[in-house]
Amino acid sequence: MIVRLMGEGQWQVDDGLKARLDELDAETERAVEAGDEEALHTALRAMHEAVRGAGEKLDHAHLAASDAVIPPDDLSLDEARAMLAAGEEPFPDLA
Amino acid sequence: MAGLMSRASEITQAKISKLLDRAENPEETLDYSYEQQLEQLQNVKRGIADVTTAKKRLELEESGLQQQLAKLDGQAKEALQANREDLAREALTRKASLQAQVQSLDQQEEQLAAQEQKLIQGEQALQAKVEAFRTQKEVIKAQYSAAQAQVKVGEAATGIGEHMADVGLAIQRAKDKTEQLQARAAAVDELTASGALEDYTAQGDDLDRQLAQVSQSSQVDDELAQLKAELGQGSGGDQGALPEGGEK
Repeated sequence: MIVRLMGEGQWQVDDGLKARLDELDAETERAVEAGDEEALHTALRAMHEAVRGAGEKLDHAHLAASDAVIPPDDLSLDEARAMLAAGEEPFPDLA
Repeated sequence: MAGLMSRASEITQAKISKLLDRAENPEETLDYSYEQQLEQLQNVKRGIADVTTAKKRLELEESGLQQQLAKLDGQAKEALQANREDLAREALTRKASLQAQVQSLDQQEEQLAAQEQKLIQGEQALQAKVEAFRTQKEVIKAQYSAAQAQVKVGEAATGIGEHMADVGLAIQRAKDKTEQLQARAAAVDELTASGALEDYTAQGDDLDRQLAQVSQSSQVDDELAQLKAELGQGSGGDQGALPEGGEK
């Protein structure tokens, strides 16, 4: 599958990585709920490292969509809350 | 509630659907999407320029503080030479507080540099994708039937739309950061102007004045002692040690 690390690019990784990423994704959710920015960064960094370590980076000119999108690993607690809220706040519209 | 990965994917998809819904047929989707890509390229270039400006401003601020640090060092030395340990302590206290400010500026510069780097990478990737999209756009227009084109256009536009959303977030974050820095600088200016915060970098402040007084009074003492010596009054033991204080 193709995974995007926001702010970095896209990686082709083995489908087997999905379970590990889901596990870490659940950790990001718990970290935000607990208001623990350090735990949030730890989980996000682990996701980035897992993808970079297990995958092959795709060329910039590649036009395929990703199967998973992982936010930047330095996302603040406030940004994470805004992202999880319904309003889609931190993302500007494309058009 | 889902985690951040699920939400980021959802949001990106929603943004792309919104973009694609604007166009009525495949050809229009291609052209409209291409227009948006060029616009996003301009946005990211502007974002990089803004971050560079903010970085320069921080660097200027820091070099001003470094000058002030060097000046305080000199003042502390001068004060000690004049046997004014109280003033030397005051100068060193200010120095410590300025050093903390320098450290915080360093951290902010680092954060800005990281964001600048991400924007530059995002721009390069977007540039490459826009080129690839432009080529594919012509191929699709020339070679595919309407039904096939629909699928191909959807694929290409979705892939690049995702990157545009990614770059969009990077631009937004950089903008938030530079605005935060501007707001902080404005708040510091306001506090300094209102007197709530001491402006250690202002010229001719209290410490300067006191040190000037010390050197003036020792100059006066020196001249007095010299005059007294000329007039043959210098034999009084208490005045004899003074001329040394001015020079050493």
